[in-house]
Amino acid sequence: MEVHSSGNPGWDYDESLFKSIRVNLSAVKAKAAEIGICRSVKKQWQAAWQLRALACIDLTTLAGDDTPVNVARLCVKAAHPISKDILKMLNMNEKEAKLTTGAVCVYPNQVQVARETLDKCGEGGRSLPVASVATGFPCGQTPLGPRLEEIRSAVKDGASEIDIVINRTYALAGNWRGVYDEVRQMKVACGKAHMKTILATGELGSLRNVYRASIVCMMAGADFIKTSTGKEGVNATLVVALVMIRAIRDYYALTGYKVGFKPAGGIRTAKDACVWLSLMREELGEEWTRPDLFRIGASALLGDIERQLYHYATGCYPAMGQMPMG
Amino acid sequence: MAGAAAQFPFGHILDTLEYGPALEGEAIVKQWLEKHNHNFGHFINGEWQRPVDRDNIPSKKPSTGETLANTLEATEGDVQIAVAAAEAAYKTWGKISPFSRAKFLYSIARNLQKHQSLLALVEAVDSGMPSKESRTTGVPAIIRQFYHHAGWAQVLPEEMQGWTSLGIVAVFPGWMSPLVQLAQRVAPALAAGNTVVVMPSSHTRLSALLFADICSQAGLPAGVFSVVTGSTPGLLASHPAVSAVTLAGNTLEGRAMRQLIAGSGKKLSMELTGHCPILVFEEADLDSAVENIVMAAFSNSGQNTYSASRLLVQEPVYSRLVEKLKVRMTKLVVGDNLDKNKDQGPLCDPAAVIRLNQLVQEAQAEGAHIFHPSALPSGVHDCFPPTLVTGAQTSSQIYIEEPCGPVLVVIPFRTEKEAISIANHGVSGTAAGVWTENVNVALEVASLLQVATVWINTYGLLDAASGAGGLKASGFGRSGGKEGLYSYMRPSWQQPVRTTNSEVDLDKFGASSRSDLLPSPAPVDTLKAGDNPNIDKTYKLFYGGGQKRPDSGASLPVLSQTGSVLAHVPDGGKKDVRNAVEAAVKAAPGWSKKDGHGRSQILYYLAENLLSRSSDFIQLLSSASGDGNQDQAKTEVELAIQRLFHWAAYCDKFGGSVQENTLYGLTWKVHHSLGAIGIVCPDDFPFLAFVSLIAPAIARGNAVVAVPSGQFPLAALAFHQILETSDVPAGVVNIITGDRNVLTRTLAQHQDIASVWYFGSGEAGSTFVEAAASGGNMKRTWVNYGRPRNFLDQEQGQGQEFLVESTTVKNVWLPMGDIFAN
Repeated sequence: MEVHSSGNPGWDYDESLFKSIRVNLSAVKAKAAEIGICRSVKKQWQAAWQLRALACIDLTTLAGDDTPVNVARLCVKAAHPISKDILKMLNMNEKEAKLTTGAVCVYPNQVQVARETLDKCGEGGRSLPVASVATGFPCGQTPLGPRLEEIRSAVKDGASEIDIVINRTYALAGNWRGVYDEVRQMKVACGKAHMKTILATGELGSLRNVYRASIVCMMAGADFIKTSTGKEGVNATLVVALVMIRAIRDYYALTGYKVGFKPAGGIRTAKDACVWLSLMREELGEEWTRPDLFRIGASALLGDIERQLYHYATGCYPAMGQMPMG
Repeated sequence: MAGAAAQFPFGHILDTLEYGPALEGEAIVKQWLEKHNHNFGHFINGEWQRPVDRDNIPSKKPSTGETLANTLEATEGDVQIAVAAAEAAYKTWGKISPFSRAKFLYSIARNLQKHQSLLALVEAVDSGMPSKESRTTGVPAIIRQFYHHAGWAQVLPEEMQGWTSLGIVAVFPGWMSPLVQLAQRVAPALAAGNTVVVMPSSHTRLSALLFADICSQAGLPAGVFSVVTGSTPGLLASHPAVSAVTLAGNTLEGRAMRQLIAGSGKKLSMELTGHCPILVFEEADLDSAVENIVMAAFSNSGQNTYSASRLLVQEPVYSRLVEKLKVRMTKLVVGDNLDKNKDQGPLCDPAAVIRLNQLVQEAQAEGAHIFHPSALPSGVHDCFPPTLVTGAQTSSQIYIEEPCGPVLVVIPFRTEKEAISIANHGVSGTAAGVWTENVNVALEVASLLQVATVWINTYGLLDAASGAGGLKASGFGRSGGKEGLYSYMRPSWQQPVRTTNSEVDLDKFGASSRSDLLPSPAPVDTLKAGDNPNIDKTYKLFYGGGQKRPDSGASLPVLSQTGSVLAHVPDGGKKDVRNAVEAAVKAAPGWSKKDGHGRSQILYYLAENLLSRSSDFIQLLSSASGDGNQDQAKTEVELAIQRLFHWAAYCDKFGGSVQENTLYGLTWKVHHSLGAIGIVCPDDFPFLAFVSLIAPAIARGNAVVAVPSGQFPLAALAFHQILETSDVPAGVVNIITGDRNVLTRTLAQHQDIASVWYFGSGEAGSTFVEAAASGGNMKRTWVNYGRPRNFLDQEQGQGQEFLVESTTVKNVWLPMGDIFAN
């Protein structure tokens, strides 16, 4: 099977790498509770971290009522995420700082309009990737053929990143070989597009399964592993993240391939985003805090970061309506 | 804030994403110090007292060496004033209603809560502890102590029926987490109705003084809580009006205190450092274990009573774990302890840096590998990097010596059994961590570890509702929970003990046997027999399940009250005690593992067999009086049978309980047996006292070496026949007669004896036992200070005290949970 990838070409299926994994939930919880306490950033460091977080956002809209109207609005915001006033106060130049979000993330039907809008947004917009969810998002409960076809169509429309969902039916039954084979085929369908695999951790039942799914997806060639669709009951939590990050570390130690991480769902504040960056920095290193290896799937986060930067620049809190709408 | 950005371009931060400093403001600490003009007096009788002409000791900030404030060096007179105030306050405090006392403790908790930030900062500034640790764990723990013990104050009459307060408690918190160690002691002492005088460690005096400030705000009556600063603990501890001493510190400090107050009648509890191990088994969540190990070994720079300094790892996962640990350690940052982005601050005691350097260099010279990845900061005093030692052996000095600093030695092991034996080897026994997802391994290891606290898949959790403390040379008594209250109370029937002259010549006591071993007249019944002599009845020692002749080959005459010779008993000595202890130590593990029902069956059997032989024992006992009156003898034997029944009942009714602390999971308290107990019986009630003492000890799974009444040991010696016919396993009960002082000396100095109970007459024996305990394995002691005990009385002869003395408390923490989402 030919695999196209700039990052992770994958690995032969090997159950011994994940089958007997042991994860102690209470201990992971204890560690997760510490992350926000044992490091903190203040003043200009905080502002710089918020800017880094911004660059890692997959600015997302995934709703039944998405139309070209709101998708285009989202894309322009992604290309120009911080208002000119604030940038001026921060002595920053958007172009020089290459200040955009990491990507926009939409449903397959909105890929085309997203791509077209971004292409009209200057250099920053043109280089901004469109990510599309696919494979029967969010549940994945459709036959494999249509799921693969969805990928191909999104890629054809201009998506350069595909967020697939894994087969939870297989995962919960312990059919990891099945999960692997499907994801492998999805990787082929992605072609040159980067593949992010959504584990839907909130539906996997145990942290052991979260680890197993992480390793299986990486073996199948995932460029990113992603916590959740944002539609499960429990989405991106630090507890789940720790387990996935440990899997990334183990996979890297084994293969030498660096796989990215994307928490999605529930990260809404600039403060939270800094905690997530700190988690990546402490557990994997600074390299994993950049958009090529770290993304945050979010829709409301950008607004809060903009408000916090305004506060940093002026010392005052802006009204919600004061910031340009995204 | 406006314009801040212009002054600080982000350039390189955006590139490197470094953290920058996150310093806690010290303004509030400075304000507090200024309020006291940087000069503290003692806090006595509810007010600050600044006697003149005292030496001033500067309290320094470890990270910079800067003097924060001056504190006083107490004189004997200062201590006298504080103790007098505490004594006066006790008259009321000891008698107010439970509700009133509860309200005061509640008020302390409330007021502590109001000053959380100041408390956390003063503790950090004064001791060098990272402020994020004092803020997130230390201060919440002390607040919890007072809420929890406000509850105990309220329910004390029901829950501690038959127990009463002691009087004045002298509290010596150590310099490791000084505030927590203070609260762990002050809260239960006050709740139990005592008044306290605290003398903080000379390294860390300020947080105790702040605590006093807050207590005065809480409206605590004057004299109930006092703080005296000084560097001579003896001034306070040996004050005659002090009834109890409680101390946290290292083993040396513990030994000194044990010796200092030996024989004084003061109740002592100590929590000493533990050289604690963490055991990682192959079925562990290794990544979580690594996180936990780093916290256990390096938080507060490894300066906690329960800091882990030994890491035992099962062979198959050894390399992987060490690799992961090294990677994790590279992330640790040493620096200013008020910077939230630093993991380790300075050491509290500057001398420790030199000592640790030496220790590490010696290990390196012996071929051990030293890993310390973190660079030391410039501008912060007395730091030592987190250090991992591999390639050392269990015989290496760096493994044997407790570091009291951020040094962790890794040792591989092969099997569970080997892990236990490595972990238990050594003198200390504070706490241990166990990492495995295998419930069989976890529970068995937890039960076999000789420590006071076991944390399974976690470490360092403490809660006011579960007693922490030490075993073996790590001390006795617990801080927290119901088990903690016993250190601050005595049985109500007992009068407070104040010995007048507890001097004893430690070199001479029991060092040589009596010399009157020349032939004495033959026993009475032989003389009476005329031409038809009785067959000579030879009493022997009883140990290891059989009758043994004494090593001395000599006997002692037993006289009746009228002075006639009743019989000869063996003159046992040092070697006989040695053999008996060996037998007891061998028998103890199997006996303690036997289920409670099985042990009770044997105790019932003892009662049954004693009943069927009761007339023989009555006759033997009455012969001692020489007047043929059997009333007293009959009472003794009947009560002895009752006692056996009583303790048979308790074989399966004191196993422990589940603790209601803050853990999501299970914390259970186990009442473990101690091991081998040496029991020196009184002369009064020669048979009843013997049975009353050995029965609870064996009921709770201990093996005993008993020294019966010196005056009339015959009935106790004859008891071997009952033991032999009742299926008591060999070595569980051993009986040695001889010179009581010689036998006491040997038992008290024997390192395999876990506790000595001394009920002999005169104060010297009690003093000797307590003093001797300080020299060796720091064994527990239960002595009578020469005060008689009426074994006929139920409270005195079979009270709850016997259960407490027959057991040691272990708390096992087991977090639970696997559900995190659907």
